[in-house]
Amino acid sequence: MTPRQRRMSLVAAIVLGVAVAGALALRAFQDNVMFYFDPTRVANGEVKPGQKFRLGGMVVVGSVQRTPGTLEVNFRVTDFNHETPVRYTGVLPNLFKENAGMVADGRLDAHGVFVADEVLAKHDEKYMPPAMKKSLEAGKAAAAAGS
Amino acid sequence: MVLALMMALVQAVAGLAGATWRRGELLALVPRAVAGHAIFLAIAAATLVHAFLSNDFSVVYVANNSNSALPAFYRVAALWGAHEGSLLLWILVLCGWTVAVALRAHRLPPLFAARVLGVLGTISVGFLLFTLLTSNPFLRQPAPLDGADLNPLLQDVAMAMHPPILYTGYVGFSVAFAFACATMLEGRTDQQWARWMRPWTILSWAFLSCGIALGSWWAYYELGWGGYWFWDAVENSSFMPWLMGTALVHSLAATDKRGLFKSWTLLLAIAAFSLSLLGTFLVRSGVLVSVHSFAADPQRGVFILTFLSLMIGGALALYVWRSPSLASNAGFEFLSRESYLLFNNILLVVACAVVLGGTLAPLISEMLGLGELSVGKPYFGPSFMTPMVPAMALLGLGIHAPWRRGPSRLSRAAAWRALALALLFAVAIAYGCYQSAHVMTYVGVTLAAWIVVSSLIEPVTRLRQRQRLTAASWGMTVAHLGLACFVLGVSLVEMETVERDVALSPGQSATIAGYEFRYVNGVPIQGPNYDGFQGDVAVSRSGRLIAQLKPEKRDYWVRSQVMTEAGISSGLHRDLFVALGEDVGNGAWSVRLQYRPLIRLIWLGALIMALGGVTTLFDRRYREAAAPAASRAPSPVAEGSAP
Repeated sequence: MTPRQRRMSLVAAIVLGVAVAGALALRAFQDNVMFYFDPTRVANGEVKPGQKFRLGGMVVVGSVQRTPGTLEVNFRVTDFNHETPVRYTGVLPNLFKENAGMVADGRLDAHGVFVADEVLAKHDEKYMPPAMKKSLEAGKAAAAAGS
Repeated sequence: MVLALMMALVQAVAGLAGATWRRGELLALVPRAVAGHAIFLAIAAATLVHAFLSNDFSVVYVANNSNSALPAFYRVAALWGAHEGSLLLWILVLCGWTVAVALRAHRLPPLFAARVLGVLGTISVGFLLFTLLTSNPFLRQPAPLDGADLNPLLQDVAMAMHPPILYTGYVGFSVAFAFACATMLEGRTDQQWARWMRPWTILSWAFLSCGIALGSWWAYYELGWGGYWFWDAVENSSFMPWLMGTALVHSLAATDKRGLFKSWTLLLAIAAFSLSLLGTFLVRSGVLVSVHSFAADPQRGVFILTFLSLMIGGALALYVWRSPSLASNAGFEFLSRESYLLFNNILLVVACAVVLGGTLAPLISEMLGLGELSVGKPYFGPSFMTPMVPAMALLGLGIHAPWRRGPSRLSRAAAWRALALALLFAVAIAYGCYQSAHVMTYVGVTLAAWIVVSSLIEPVTRLRQRQRLTAASWGMTVAHLGLACFVLGVSLVEMETVERDVALSPGQSATIAGYEFRYVNGVPIQGPNYDGFQGDVAVSRSGRLIAQLKPEKRDYWVRSQVMTEAGISSGLHRDLFVALGEDVGNGAWSVRLQYRPLIRLIWLGALIMALGGVTTLFDRRYREAAAPAASRAPSPVAEGSAP
């Protein structure tokens, strides 16, 4: 090979490498991105069965129930329009409180209960995911319009 | 106080002007401008520190982030505990770097030095303006009785040190950026600038490594979750400049030695700094928390965005204008050191792009109305590994490749032997010590062992022949060993961690990975500014007591914020981690138990990498260049002999 050919093959190898990496990244992206749903959209049946997603809303006051002596917790999450029941087994983050915002990853079971794999810990008590803020406002507005 | 900042601003503008027009009197003004800039900034910072120490709650920023019950050490650290103060810290660090450059400037041609300082001045002006217009830490108010306290998460030694060190690294890339801009402004076609830029880049890279490691360590023991990296946007925004910086350090080597990749190196310098700025923008504008809060406080976001596009756009325009003249005339062959460095660069840049894509995707998707999505570890993990695994595999070959032409100095047989040795080690560690059944453990450990073995071949041969090693090759070896240490730690922590959440009553116990955790009892406690509950957990293995852990749950009064203080028994070979969840009734507490093998190696590895970087700074080639400076330092009489 002449140096020129050699350089061209090097360039070709690089382009190929970048393309492969890009394709893999895109695939990983498609497989692993979670969409955010609020209780209203869950109630409307927008979630595909078995689909993993992120649920966000306010924890309903008085809804948190523990099974004594175990780690199982049941509570309801609301966007002030609809509610979704949630079940979680494990240690809850410090910022988890009734009447406070919560975000969890998980799936719906056959009875429409959201089984959380993880309830997210946030660095800041003021933090609220943008999507959640928006849907809470929309939920409040819808509830006000309905009453 | 505001006056002090304004004065600093004026001084910075003067510095820039002096650099732009080639006027002797203006050039002479530059060092003085830098000095004035530094002094006034120091006064401003000192004033704020004083306000914190004397509990002057008439300053809004102090009132929001401090409290009279807060220990004095954290009152000082509260200076950079929130938005306004951390911007001041940014500027202060930038100023520190500027002074450092100014002090070493006599080694550079005067025009070039003036340009570098001018660019640094411009950046400083931008940030000072930003601080004054949108986030002034000196705003006053009628003094409330007491302050709102520093976020308890930040009341910690590692967290008090993390921002200054991280920023030193972060902002240090502005020096590389300034050198790149000065090079392009001057239209230099030689490669001298690469040698000038190298030590600065390596130093800031080392600081950044330490800063990220500290932050990760803090997250591990303070957030109460036992994770060391969350791929969260704030973390990514410090990690991306690091990846770019790593690529820059390597491509500078090629530019310095062989005059290759000149324009690529300049582009990397611009990119590293742009990502630092972008990181600042993402973290500081609030755009990450919410696109809406971005709109709620448009001033900040718009300002940084404008500044960002001006700086980056300007630099890129300059690059487009100048880069054709930088075409390199040196060729190289396929398996030379140069091509390995090129591979390293491409793979690092791809890795960085992957992280960038994942970080910005939620933002873009929301702005385009495609729905809100979250990108987490399932995406970042595999797609980051994809470019990094080949990069590390090539590392072992690349360091033995000679400049200019292949084939490797390492004979093929020796390479196979090294690989076999690495595999042997890997199996010994992964199977022998951990009975691992995960493929990725073997891949990770093999890579780590491969890097160690191949990095050691050359130093060992040289030392055996009683040859001396240069500081640069020591540094490189040490940094690569640090990487190996890091990779080993990450692979084992990721694959072999055992974690369990359990509910324990006093006297009950749970066992993970052969360690028995027994919850003895718990007592209420009281701290200087919090109430709490302390558990007593005895850990034993095969009936022998190993550690008595005291995890705590704290309720900080002022912010009524609940915090978890994990109980950690650390060792080089494993960490045992206990975090209290909550009271689940009948005296039982929910508890998170974790066994994490070799997690210390992650931070240790990062520190070793930084150490390696610093070692290279002692290389003769930088000292030679510095020799006139060093000999002149004690005798200011010789000042006139500057080149």
